[in-house]
Amino acid sequence: MLVADPRAAAAWRRFRQDLADSGPERRREMLRRRANQSRTTDLQMIGRAGLGHVGGDLSVLDILTTLFFAVLRVDPERPDWADRDRFVLSKGHTAGALYATLAAAGFFSAQELDTFAGPHSALNGHPNRVKVPGVETNTGPLGHGLPVSVGMAVAGRLAASNRHVYVVLGDGELQEGSNWEAAMTAGHRRLANLTAVVDRNRLQQGARTEETSALDPLDAKWRSFGWDVIEVDGHDHLALLAAFTAPRGERPTCVIANTIKGRGVSFMEDRVEWHHKVPTPEQITDAMAELAR
Amino acid sequence: MSTMVAETFDCRVAFAEELLALARADERIVAVCNDSVGSSNLVAFAKEFPDRLINVGIAEQDMVGVGAGLALSGYVPFVCGAAPFLTGRALEQIKADVAYSQSPVVLCGMSPGMAYGELGPTHHSIEDLSWLRAIAGLGIVVPADPAETRAAVRWAASAATPVFLRIGRFKVPAVTDSFSFGTATLLRDGSDVTVVAAGTMVSRALAAADEALADGVSVRVLNMSTIAPLDEDVIRRAMRETRGIVTAEEATTTGGLGAAVAAVVVAERAPVPMRMLGVHREFAPTGSTAFLLEHFGLAASDIRAAVVDLARADA
Repeated sequence: MLVADPRAAAAWRRFRQDLADSGPERRREMLRRRANQSRTTDLQMIGRAGLGHVGGDLSVLDILTTLFFAVLRVDPERPDWADRDRFVLSKGHTAGALYATLAAAGFFSAQELDTFAGPHSALNGHPNRVKVPGVETNTGPLGHGLPVSVGMAVAGRLAASNRHVYVVLGDGELQEGSNWEAAMTAGHRRLANLTAVVDRNRLQQGARTEETSALDPLDAKWRSFGWDVIEVDGHDHLALLAAFTAPRGERPTCVIANTIKGRGVSFMEDRVEWHHKVPTPEQITDAMAELAR
Repeated sequence: MSTMVAETFDCRVAFAEELLALARADERIVAVCNDSVGSSNLVAFAKEFPDRLINVGIAEQDMVGVGAGLALSGYVPFVCGAAPFLTGRALEQIKADVAYSQSPVVLCGMSPGMAYGELGPTHHSIEDLSWLRAIAGLGIVVPADPAETRAAVRWAASAATPVFLRIGRFKVPAVTDSFSFGTATLLRDGSDVTVVAAGTMVSRALAAADEALADGVSVRVLNMSTIAPLDEDVIRRAMRETRGIVTAEEATTTGGLGAAVAAVVVAERAPVPMRMLGVHREFAPTGSTAFLLEHFGLAASDIRAAVVDLARADA
């Protein structure tokens, strides 16, 4: 198991305090910069490892950054704190984005990122809770995160805790039937302490979701399963923040975050081939220049 | 040879009583099921602890995932469903959410083997031991009778490790008085041939041992209630002290108890001959559980014949 990086954790705490003390425009800029730093880190990890899921990493990073740097009640130095909010990355193939975010928050040292996908690294191609603090359950096969999160939300209710469970789902992943079993359970049990965030980038590995097995009307699907639905621009940090922290009713909440796969790197955006293609060193240089703006 | 007909028991009753008793003493214990409140014998549990019985409906993947989420949040979930659907439908959840995630879920495969007799192969769970034995870190326990079922449930509640319990429905006589995870129990000592049995086969192995005395064969009977991790030492001892091993299981022989024992036997410098009783990659014809056990050569007389065959072939 990796251990916390106290200096990074302290910086994360200062960031959160600063963010809380700031007005909306500064908040937006702080989160935008933070997310783009993680995008840069992620591209470097993928370049070094020669593998990764760059497109989905880039689409989900504004969601992850907003959650970890503005929303989640967690403590990187006490990852097993019983009443922490729970975060589950169901789309486990975007582990690179999660690792970059967790390291930036101080859950472990950023030096570990250099080992990504290397022999015996704690940072496997999909996240492992036994090795990486901040990871709550091992994901990778799609359609697993939501049922486990429903169990965590049931547990929170049984324990009379006010902790909240956030789970990030890919949109293509919603073709797995297990999600809808769990959506039905959460709706039936009115698990208001559960928020599912759909990274709606409209691309799956080989094609567009709507050309493969259409998901639309996605909001109506979730509503019909007993969920409240909030639809936002998944790259608008303030809109994400508002959706994640809006007062909850009596139903679970689905945040449909409309995103762009490959977000932030012009030649990758909305292009299906960048699902898990590895950029060349020159492409990484170009991408980092774009992200530094 | 005994002529008395022993009283027999449905192990689900012992399971349910023990679970309820544990739940009264430990509020971390919860039950998760797939509409199987009745078939998993959870009616009394539901009545006494309605909030702690999470019935997700007919949704096994969800059921196992929910169990993992509860376990990872400090609860002790007993996830109950008919064995064929729990293991077959949710195999990937068992692998990823339970075993690989090291979430201490107690998976309870109800009515396993061919307990659903006439309902046919869709409802039989003879593949479960082969499937689950391939998964790292998952304990597999097949209790032989009500006493062992109770002891296994008690152990599982505090084990803090992923485990699968096979909870029998087909009635069996009482044959055990102890359970220790990972350790086989010697039920009858003998010097010629060893029978390694689990679950419904244990009482039949004991009957076969009685009957084989008439053939002049001394039979050792081991109750191998923990299929994984296997008690390898007891197998090696049987190899040294007897001349052959018969395994008996209400499961396919492709990867269950027999295969596990064989893997130990063939690794030794001086292997002993074996006979593996079970189902050999076949779907069952129509018939009751009792009929099917006879059909597949799992009666006491079949075990006796295998024992005698081994003893004589080696003599």
